Amino acid sequence: MLSATTVAVQKTVKPTSGLITWANRWDHILARLGVRRGNHRVEPGLYSIGHPDHDSPVLVSANYTLSFDALRFSLVGADAYILVLDTKGINVWCAAGKGTFGTDELVQRVKGTGLLNVVDHRTLILPQLGAPGVSAHEVRERSGFRVKYGPVRAQDLQEYLLQGRITPEMRRVRFGVADRAVLIPVEAAHILVPLLVVVTVLKLTGVVNQIFNPAVAAVVAGIVLFPLLLPWIPTRDFSTKGFILGAVAALPLIFRDVLSIPQITWWRVSAQVLSTLLLVSSITAYLSLNFTGSTTFTSRSGVRREIFRYVPVMAVTFMIGLVLAVLLRIF
Amino acid sequence: MFDSYRVNTLEYDPKLCNGCARCSTVCPHGVFTVNGIAEIINLEACMECGACQLNCPQRAIRVDSGVGCAAAMIWSALRGRKETSCSSCCCG
Repeated sequence: MLSATTVAVQKTVKPTSGLITWANRWDHILARLGVRRGNHRVEPGLYSIGHPDHDSPVLVSANYTLSFDALRFSLVGADAYILVLDTKGINVWCAAGKGTFGTDELVQRVKGTGLLNVVDHRTLILPQLGAPGVSAHEVRERSGFRVKYGPVRAQDLQEYLLQGRITPEMRRVRFGVADRAVLIPVEAAHILVPLLVVVTVLKLTGVVNQIFNPAVAAVVAGIVLFPLLLPWIPTRDFSTKGFILGAVAALPLIFRDVLSIPQITWWRVSAQVLSTLLLVSSITAYLSLNFTGSTTFTSRSGVRREIFRYVPVMAVTFMIGLVLAVLLRIF
Repeated sequence: MFDSYRVNTLEYDPKLCNGCARCSTVCPHGVFTVNGIAEIINLEACMECGACQLNCPQRAIRVDSGVGCAAAMIWSALRGRKETSCSSCCCG
């Protein structure tokens, strides 16, 4: 017979499944495009998947649909509980960095959902990338639950649950070409508004014709090519990688300038070439530096050093390129 | 040259270590290995996420942790905020 508390608690457990519907897929596409960011949320609380009993594992996740759905999908055929923390619609790793996927929220969520009465064991399985926000020993002291860190990727979860062991490979974060490619749309969406403002301002000042092509080349290089080619561009700093990539991206424009205007003087051609080179490489470098936040490996102190070292260089090279473009327009 | 990531703020005191291996468990970049006690084997790979510091019950690890995101840092600087937060920018 079930006690009154058990019945009450079971009502708070929401059933879910590993099924990813078309509505889910559409939501994923919008999230990847950066549409209504912060609105891709799951209701926090305790969920059941399959037919879990009081010995089934409890897996902790964020209330971002991409995080929760990746976990659900990886658990097809398993019986488990999912404890969803309120991370304000942010993924596990970023939320852990902010502390919303954190010790306090976890302890409160464990207590609030009555997890003590749902399972007999006292173990929570967290994604490894939640560790920057969670102090395992503190969670144990405050809630009685032991924290185990599972694999980085949800796709390794079933193997981990079956084997009870984890390979060093499952503990490492990867940032392969596919991981980088999915970031392109959201990066593009982020600079769309500033880009339109800049183009409008340039149109008003009349230099739009001089700077439009360099700006397009730089945006394509910084937003599309940079993430794809990241590991193969020389040097380790993102800014210097960006300057190099930008210089290469400027070459088609430079060739076009040199070939299409043979009738004008050499100093005009030189000024045009220099202007294009400086504009494209400085804008690309800035966009490349901004990609640091999307990667899985740049340290804060390193990024701070990059900002102090290179942002002044970017500003100066950009201004020289712009002044040259304006002078070419006037004379 | 052109490498701002060679040094970072990770510090570890082996005298305090009890060999629990939490640091090597939580680190996504394999910075620590544990043979009896923890040892830093790949300092350069540290991204200062702070997971090891927070999960070390002996408080043997110190790192000035934070998010290595230029967009967030520049944005905070422009608005005169000392503390970096990504509420207004890219991560989701």
